[in-house]
Amino acid sequence: MSAYLKLDHIDKSFSRGAQTTEVLRDVNLVIENGEYVSIIGHSGCGKSTLLNLIAGLSTVTNGGVLLEDREVNSPGPERAVVFQNHSLLPWLTVYENVALAVNKVFSGKKTRAERHAWIMHNLELVQMAHASDKRPSEISGGMKQRVGIARALAMQPKILLLDEPFGALDALTRAHLQDSIMQIHAQLGNTMIMITHDVDEAVLLSDRIVMMTNGPAATIGEVLPVRLPRPRKRLELVTDRAYIAAREAVLKFLYERHRLVEAA
Amino acid sequence: MSMTALDGDSDKKAAKPGAAVISFSPRPRSMFDSFVARLAPNARRVALNVVPPLVTFLILLLIWQLAFGRAGSTLPPPSKVWSEARDLITDPFFVAGPQDIGLGWRVLTSLQRVAEGFGLAAIVGVLTGALIGQSVWAMRGLDPIFQVLRTVPPLAWLPIALAAFRDSQPSAIFVIFITSIWPIIINTAVGIRNIPQDYRNVARVLQLNQVEFFFKIMAPSAAPYIFTGLRIGVGLSWLAIVAAEMLTGGVGIGFFIWDAWNSSRLSDIVVALAYIGVVGFLLDKIVAGFGGLVTRGASPT
Repeated sequence: MSAYLKLDHIDKSFSRGAQTTEVLRDVNLVIENGEYVSIIGHSGCGKSTLLNLIAGLSTVTNGGVLLEDREVNSPGPERAVVFQNHSLLPWLTVYENVALAVNKVFSGKKTRAERHAWIMHNLELVQMAHASDKRPSEISGGMKQRVGIARALAMQPKILLLDEPFGALDALTRAHLQDSIMQIHAQLGNTMIMITHDVDEAVLLSDRIVMMTNGPAATIGEVLPVRLPRPRKRLELVTDRAYIAAREAVLKFLYERHRLVEAA
Repeated sequence: MSMTALDGDSDKKAAKPGAAVISFSPRPRSMFDSFVARLAPNARRVALNVVPPLVTFLILLLIWQLAFGRAGSTLPPPSKVWSEARDLITDPFFVAGPQDIGLGWRVLTSLQRVAEGFGLAAIVGVLTGALIGQSVWAMRGLDPIFQVLRTVPPLAWLPIALAAFRDSQPSAIFVIFITSIWPIIINTAVGIRNIPQDYRNVARVLQLNQVEFFFKIMAPSAAPYIFTGLRIGVGLSWLAIVAAEMLTGGVGIGFFIWDAWNSSRLSDIVVALAYIGVVGFLLDKIVAGFGGLVTRGASPT
């Protein structure tokens, strides 16, 4: 197995004054190029912390994050993040939001015309080219998240990190965006890591599902490979035995072996 | 009238004429109605905004006239102000001699001082505020000092300024500067401390450098706060200029009041006060309007 991204014995603890909270302990994971990996777990188990470590937005206490055998400890556009609440800049239009990323990442590498074409290409990829002159406040939540995805894709990242990208959306919009992400993944073959707490979403989208134990000092409890052929169709999968089995495995992990007692 | 044309058009449309009859005749009237409907609220809004203050103003004039209309009153009534200072009221821009000019010219002189002092305060204030908002150590070091300095009354700075500059003109500008800079610094710092972590994360993922971060994220995100500071600042500088000019002399509106007091032209003072009030009001509206224009869409959704 070729290690594209390697999480090597990662510990993460936060200290405030004399008090130290251990969030993650001994997290090990190897992700291949082009893989779609979901990280699932109860809230507070440190999945967002883990994603922030990969993104470089915070630094590991022990261990290391290795991308193509090189350690990463600061953020960069080769690990683009789709934030949970879209994080579009409200004073810029949809086009300008993507342009901010493209102009920064590709200044000097692409001409002005090439950059324009690249911006529009990415907006078309998420079906948002028609709203390029609108401001974020003028479009719906699902559309904002599409633009957030376009902005991240436009950086041409080695790894796309999605932090509960559809968590704030209604079920119908979420299904649409899941289909879009599957299509984009099939088309571009990006490596994607997604945080979620939606079991169906994890099974539908992922090649592997990483299940986290509960915190404090959470770690990876189990990794479930999802051996479903692509392209996947959500309607056909409803009755698919492998799909049901995978779903059951995740549910059992979350609600039998690692039930969150406080959440009851 | 177009019924026949519609009928003869095609078989598919044959079912539609019935609907067309209904929609045809009310249309012109509804357009007229909507025109009136669009006009009416505007006229109503103007009336609602203009009439009450106008009525209040007239009542106040009346009370003032009644209170000071008798012979031997200490202050002039409106009728006397009108008769004595008519030239000042009706023509703001007359020039009758080196010291006998319209109040418009004097206000412009004062405004120029405000523009210089306040403009400098805006630039220095926003940059200092940005530093304090960004750096914890700058905040710890500078904030307590600023909190003390900002309570010093504007005119208390004047002797120091006169000693330092040895000239009244830069001293007046310095007083404006030092008066208006504190709310600008403090509001900018608060605005920058309130930049959502999400925007900072976006900037970090994109690896924006300091300059890019300032112009692309920091300034637009903190703009509503910055403009609040600027608005308070411009109000304070207009307060300070009149006081400063009373002491430094020259051509400004503040000195005019002092000069009028020394030669017992009370009616002139009343007119000058009205000028100061109106100009201060306009300054506030201009900064607020400019702020509204710049920060359009800047509020997060």
